[in-house]
Parts: sequence; C-alpha cells; structure tokens
Amino acid sequence: MRTAAIGTVKYAFAILLALWVIVPIYFITLAAFSTEEAVYAYPKQLVPRDMSTDTMRFFLDSEGVVPSLQRSILVALLTLVIALGLGVPAGYALARFAFRGADTFRLGIVATRAFPIVILSIPLAVIFLRWGIDDTVYGVAIAHAALALPFAVLVTSSVFAGISVELEEAAMTLGCNRFSAIVRIVLPLALPGLAAAAIFVFIISWNEVFAAAILTLEERTLPAQILTLLNASPLPFKFAGGFFLLAPSLLVILVIRKYLFNMWGRVVK
Amino acid sequence: MAEVRFQSVRKTFGKVAAVDDVDLEIADGEFVVLLGPSGCGKTTLLRCLAGLEKVDGGKVEIGGRNATDLPPRRRRIAMVFQSYAVFPHMKVYDNVAFGLKMQRESKATIKERVGSAASLLHIEDYLDRYPSQLSGGQRQRVAVARAIATKADVLLMDEPLSNLDALLRMEMRAELKALLQKLDATTIYVTHDQVEALSMGDRIAVMNSGRIVQVDNPLAVYDQPADIFVGGFIGTPPMNFVAAQVIANGAAPTAQLSGGTLPLGEDARPLAGKDVVLGIRAESINVQTTPGDGMIRASVVVVEPLGSHNLLTVRTGDDMLKVSTPPNLFPAPESDVWLQIAPERIRWMDAVTGAAVSDASEVTPSRVDVLTRAPDTGAAPAPS
Repeated sequence: MRTAAIGTVKYAFAILLALWVIVPIYFITLAAFSTEEAVYAYPKQLVPRDMSTDTMRFFLDSEGVVPSLQRSILVALLTLVIALGLGVPAGYALARFAFRGADTFRLGIVATRAFPIVILSIPLAVIFLRWGIDDTVYGVAIAHAALALPFAVLVTSSVFAGISVELEEAAMTLGCNRFSAIVRIVLPLALPGLAAAAIFVFIISWNEVFAAAILTLEERTLPAQILTLLNASPLPFKFAGGFFLLAPSLLVILVIRKYLFNMWGRVVK
Repeated sequence: MAEVRFQSVRKTFGKVAAVDDVDLEIADGEFVVLLGPSGCGKTTLLRCLAGLEKVDGGKVEIGGRNATDLPPRRRRIAMVFQSYAVFPHMKVYDNVAFGLKMQRESKATIKERVGSAASLLHIEDYLDRYPSQLSGGQRQRVAVARAIATKADVLLMDEPLSNLDALLRMEMRAELKALLQKLDATTIYVTHDQVEALSMGDRIAVMNSGRIVQVDNPLAVYDQPADIFVGGFIGTPPMNFVAAQVIANGAAPTAQLSGGTLPLGEDARPLAGKDVVLGIRAESINVQTTPGDGMIRASVVVVEPLGSHNLLTVRTGDDMLKVSTPPNLFPAPESDVWLQIAPERIRWMDAVTGAAVSDASEVTPSRVDVLTRAPDTGAAPAPS
C-alpha cells in the first residue's frame, strides 16, 4: 500500500511538473496559429477552434524579421562548423587517449561555463570592436561557438567512448591506419550521436539572445531582434516569435535525449 | 607464412613491466599458445606483435623482417579479438571482406575468398545479416573468418573462446584446432585456460609476471614443469608439492617427507643432504589399501567421485596431497591408505628458487634465474 501511495505522489508531482512546462507552450502554440481577434480575446480559448496563419504571417511580414531569421540560420551553421570542427577531435582525444592533464582538460571545459556570458560579453564586445568583427554574423558565431564547445566536446567524447576501441584496432590489423579506421569504422557508428551533438549546438546558437544582443546593432539574429522589439510589439508578434524560438528546441530535445543521458555517465553501447 | 621472433621485448605501463625481457622464437606454421594467469602480460605480448602496443625495448621480427616499428597494417598479421570486434554496421559479408577490400583485391577475388572463409566456418547462411542478428558463437565465427580471409602470415588470437559458454567452447576448440591445422598458418593463441592450451598448442609458452617461464610441448609442460609456478598453474588438480630432505648414506637415496620415507632413484644421490621440494602429479600416485615396501601411509580426508576417476585428498604428516584413483576405489574418509610413487614420476624443485632441478649440482642456496634452467628433456626454454 505504502509503495503504491508513494508511486501515486511521484506521478502526481511529475504530472504537475510536466503541466508547468507544457501549458505555456500549449498556449503560445495556440496563439501563434489563431486569428488576431482570438489572440486578444478573453477568456482565452482552450481548444483550437478557428486556426489561422494570420499571426504567423504578420510576424514574418514585420520589418527585419526575415533578414534576422536568415542571419540566425547562418550564425547557427557557422557555430556548428566551428564547435564541431574543434569539438569532435577533442571529444575523440578525451575518449581514446589517456594523456597528461586529461582530467584537468575535462574540468576546464566545464569550467568555461562558470563565466556567464553576461560577464564575458562586455570584454568580448571590446575585443570584437578592435578586431572589427563587431556587428557581424562571424563575431556572433564565434561567441556562440565558445558557448557550445563544452557541450560539443563532452557529448562527442561520450559518443566515442561508447564505441569499443577493439573495433578500431581490428580495422587497423585489417589494413587501416588510424585515420582510415576512424573514417570507416568509428564515424559511421558515431554518426547518430554526432548528429545529435550537431543539432544541440545548432539550438544553443539559435536560442542564444544575450551575446547576440550585445555584440550586434544592425546585424541582429532573430532572438536579439525579437528581444529588441518585444516591448514595442503587439501580442500576435510576441506569440509568433515565441513559437518560432521554441519549436526547434522542443524537436531537438526529443531527438537527443538519449545522448544527453550518455553525457551524464550512463554510457551505453 | 612466416616465423616470428621476439628479442628481449619489454613493455612497461607506468612502473609496471607488463612484458619483461621476453625472448621467444616461433617457427613457420607453428601453433604456440601463450598461457598464464590474468595480468601476466600474455595479451600485451600479443599486442606488441600485432603492433597495437609500441614496445619499450627489444625487437619484434615477423618473417625475417624487423617489424618493431611497423604499424599493424604493415605486419601481415590478422587478429581475433576477445570481444570479437565484429563491425556492427556492416553485414557479415562486408565484415569478412573488409581486410580484402583494404588490400584492394579485385571483386572476384574478394567474393571467392569470403566464400571459402565462410564455408570453412559454416557461416555461408548468415552473410547477408548484420552482427546484431547473430548469436555469440556465430559472431565468433565471423571474427575468425574475417581474420583468415586475408591469408595473413601470422594469425593472432586473444582469448577467442573465453566469451562462449562451456559446451560451445569445447566444440569450438576442436573445430578451431582442426581449422588451423588445415590452414597451416603460424598461430599465436593467448589463453588463461590451461585445458585449451594443453589441447590445442604445438608448444606452450607459460608466462608469469611479464616473463616467459617455460616453452615446451604440452606434455613436457605438464610432466616436467620448469618451476613450482608452472606445476601449480597447469593441471587439474595442480601438481602436489611436498618439502623433503634427500638422504643417501650408502644405501639407495630416499626422500624424507614429514609423513614417511620415499625411495628415490640412484640419480638423486648427488642431492643428498639437500632440501628439495618434490613435485608429484595426482595421477602419478598409486593408492594401495594394504601397506607395502617403499609406500607412505596417509589418511583419507575427502573422496570426490568424478565419474572417470575419484579425486582423493589425503594427509601424510604435515602435507595434504591430491590423488586420483580409479573410480572403483572408494576408501572411507579417515581410513588409512598407502601411497606408492614411482621415483621417475617425481619432479625435483629447488626449495630456494622454486625452479626444477634435473641435476643435483644445480641445487644452490644462491639465487638462480628460473629462465636459464633448461628442463631435462633438453627442450629449450626461452633462448637468451
């Protein structure tokens, strides 16, 4: 009886937590796909009735939204290239080689997250000004890559750690060198995990607003653009913008759950 | 086809010498088993040969070429791993073909060689499947097929049967032996299972703490262990070891045990007055229920019927001995029996060094290197 009671409480708590997250998302989504009148209507509708793309169209037609959307995609792709370009080899090294200072390195990676971007962005802005990459997608991408790199390294290292070294060694006895063993054996097996890491990095950049807002004036990414316009914009714009920022992250979390668990030490083969 | 030679090979991990100055020569087409307890360095030695570990000293020769600094792919070896290491993202066919593809063989050659390797290992029906659809035993076969398909000069096997269940292991053991005899490839086989070693190898190299203690054919390793370690490691039950003093005042030499006196052959005379350890195999002891000349009295502690024979644990003086008897002999516990031991079946060991002695002059209180002492069969241990 007691365990049953505990189970019930546990479930009730879990449902409560889930609702706390799901309800706002639900309302944002609902508002983003309803007519303008429905957005302003009170009491709010609870079930989708007259669905419409009016709100979305209004948002996309707003001044500066489409260019900032393009910039956001570009920045996210650049971030992806930089963070994975550096992160995948680093993750492989951490997973495969016991080198001097490996643990310190691992700790250092996590420690970079100890400095909030709020603190870093001012000196970063100064440096970027000096280098002349302020207010450019490259500057934002570099800052985002710095934010995403720790995750890229840790996730990919857990992906590589889950692939038996003996497979690589077998490939090497069968005619591969280390590089071709990685290309032919390790990468195909790591691909799902690497894809997950890539999507994760993409989303980190996609959702990042603070550095993007500090480092740019004209060349704003979508979150920075929305943040700037937020107070001055009507409700439909806010809902549509919110949905636009939210949706990709949700999809991604669905896809990469498994690998995030891996990252916290539950390495599965 | 190639011969293999280790010359003073050393490999250390931190401060631990995993392989400590190993010399070993393996003839072309020979099947040598590296046998030892876990952590003795046998797998490390194999990996040094494969090129998967860089040696810290010494030389590795394969087929007369100095392979010490060659990467694995240039050594003309093939290896079967303990975990099989079958590539999970490739079908069985592509697994077996992998080495051949890397060697850029023609499509026709690949097809033919994969086919023959698959038929040797009876996996023709699975070529189109992924490894995850196979049982452990079938994956094992894929791993072996992949290794033999490349027709490498030297075949390396790292405990290939240890992940199989007991029955399958016994089956695979015989099948693998038959297969390797057919292939006639130089094979080096690592195992900690002495039964596997005894049953499969042309020669066994017994390793202990990074060193090769004895290299001999299986029977010699079993009957004439080079030291107490080998005698104790090989055989079920292990060899009995009994401390004794050799006495030879005029009459025939005898060994004074804590439980009685054992007659020795004339060749033991030079051992007179020395402390030795007698190594005696369980089946070398003949159990009698009535006393007789030159027998030692012992009392039965336990009788374990094993079907084909009975295993007795008996006490004589301070010593406990394992003795195997015919299955029809059932002495009651705590009853007395008499042990008859043929002098030529006794292995003398140096009480100080633990090394076997074939010649009394070799018994010394000083430290004697176990490696340099040849067993009396004349079969050479590691050449130095």
